[in-house]
Amino acid sequence: MTDAPLSRRALLAGAVGALGASGLRQARLAEAFGQAPAATVPPDPTKVPGAPLSPLGQRSPFERPRRIPIGSRQGSSLAPLQDLCGIVTPADLHFERHHAGVPAIDPQRYKLLIHGMVERPTVFDLAALKRFPSVSRPYFLECSGNGLPSYRNIRPDLSPQLIDGLTSTSEWTGVLLSTLFREVGVKGGATWFLAEGEDAAVMARSIPVDKGWDDGFIAYGQNGEALRPEQGYPARLLLPGWEGNANVKWIRRIELADRPFMTREETSKYTDPLSDDTARQFSFVMDAKSIITFPAYPVTLPRSGWWEINGIAWSGRGRISKVEVSTDAGRHWALAELQTPVLPKCHTRFRYLWNWDGADTTLLSRAVDETGYVQPTLDELRAARGRGTTYHFNHIRAWTVRRDGTVVFGLEG
Amino acid sequence: MSLRTLAAILALALLFSTCGRGEKGEVRFDAPPRYGFGRPATVAEIRAWDIDVMPDGTGLPPGSGTASQGAAIYVRKCAACHGKTGTEGPFDRLVGREPRQGFPFGRDPRSVKTIGNYWPYATTLYDYVQRAMPLDAPGSLKPDEVYSLVAFLLWRNEIIANTAVMNAATLPRVVMPAHDRFVTDNRRGGPEIR
Repeated sequence: MTDAPLSRRALLAGAVGALGASGLRQARLAEAFGQAPAATVPPDPTKVPGAPLSPLGQRSPFERPRRIPIGSRQGSSLAPLQDLCGIVTPADLHFERHHAGVPAIDPQRYKLLIHGMVERPTVFDLAALKRFPSVSRPYFLECSGNGLPSYRNIRPDLSPQLIDGLTSTSEWTGVLLSTLFREVGVKGGATWFLAEGEDAAVMARSIPVDKGWDDGFIAYGQNGEALRPEQGYPARLLLPGWEGNANVKWIRRIELADRPFMTREETSKYTDPLSDDTARQFSFVMDAKSIITFPAYPVTLPRSGWWEINGIAWSGRGRISKVEVSTDAGRHWALAELQTPVLPKCHTRFRYLWNWDGADTTLLSRAVDETGYVQPTLDELRAARGRGTTYHFNHIRAWTVRRDGTVVFGLEG
Repeated sequence: MSLRTLAAILALALLFSTCGRGEKGEVRFDAPPRYGFGRPATVAEIRAWDIDVMPDGTGLPPGSGTASQGAAIYVRKCAACHGKTGTEGPFDRLVGREPRQGFPFGRDPRSVKTIGNYWPYATTLYDYVQRAMPLDAPGSLKPDEVYSLVAFLLWRNEIIANTAVMNAATLPRVVMPAHDRFVTDNRRGGPEIR
């Protein structure tokens, strides 16, 4: 590590360097919020009784992970990927993307209407939905616009949160659509269904019926409790591996039909312009992707030596089969360790032990999924889709580590 | 393989079978054909919520409007967000046909999508405006107002004449400039980058 200007970050990072990565993250968070932790800590916690029991747990006052909201009611808020470990996103940090704010819905008055090309148009209240056989499955969700800044507006001062914060993983609980489809008697000719929310945008998307028969479900549980309002309370559509927008929150209506409805969100939005003067429509599946979340901007590595590189990988087509990491800008690649169990259509934590020699270098990660799809480079993706394409940015992310220990986004020549 | 092992394997296969009874989707072997949960939907509650409009006009209500009627409504209810002429913002730009030729959005990150250069179906305008606009009073517009605004926006985008009446019969016949630009997803997984 060479002499760097003595920034506050460098001082903080140096001071807690001995604690390793978690200490580093903690110090950075404290810095980010410009304040000391609010707790009073006794000199020796073993010499005084601790805090009493409580009906609702709180985070340690030393931990202050926060989403970054962009916009107010029509925008999105980004999950703090660099502050998370393992694969589960705490529900209160799950990313948000709303089209007209978060509706307040009374679960007692909630109902889901299924009609159209069905034998029995039916209304289910929440109790009825919960009475069906249930499933609990961990899946990632990702806004298909996730990663835009790393495709269009590359800047060195982008954090994992700012680049890819529109993805999260939860264990979702609910009733399979196939169960509901049988219950209402979906007619043979039905090929699409409209999923419509109870928000002020009455957000609606057309979904192929086959996805409902395959693995789609109506979720009412998230990480062991009811859905958060921001994730669709009291019930939402969950389409494993498919772009976030299609997973309609606050779902109140499903209409079966023999063709798509061509709503605004599947025509003027959430379509992907390509370089051949067309736009790809109904591009539901999220391609395989990975991002290193440590070390990453704005972390500073206080010294060379052993560091555990880690991050998340995921694919909308199934399981991640491997993640490779390069610590020399792509000249060599090595297998990262995958956290088990590796679940289909779910975040997969990868880890790679790195002995940094202290020289300038670039870190890359590359995910491969069980279909054999390899996460492409930025150039490959731009060649396939064009520089102006607006969704599905799953190219390889690069972090440049400088001799002074600072880490910035993007390749540095 | 013992008979007991075979039986166990068969039982497991049945339990997790996805087509054990020739049905689609996951079905537990012990599931009844129907549970009988939920209640029949009434015609009135279907009608109250079934607001979608399809490209062939299915779902369009009675009513009509013209661009000049829409212009007055636009000034009152839309211009604050979309600009005096539909081009100024601050929110989505609604009006514009440039470029006249081509569909450069994939090639050129600076190109701005509008109704005139990107929306493939005119009926989508009706569907979206009536369900979600205006932002501060969604779902408040009456059918005549929606038809009028749709007519105004189509006229501003040089797609229909300012005298054209938009209603359930005429709106589905409007052909949008970008209608033929949309292709269905051709990604299939595997090694190919598409």
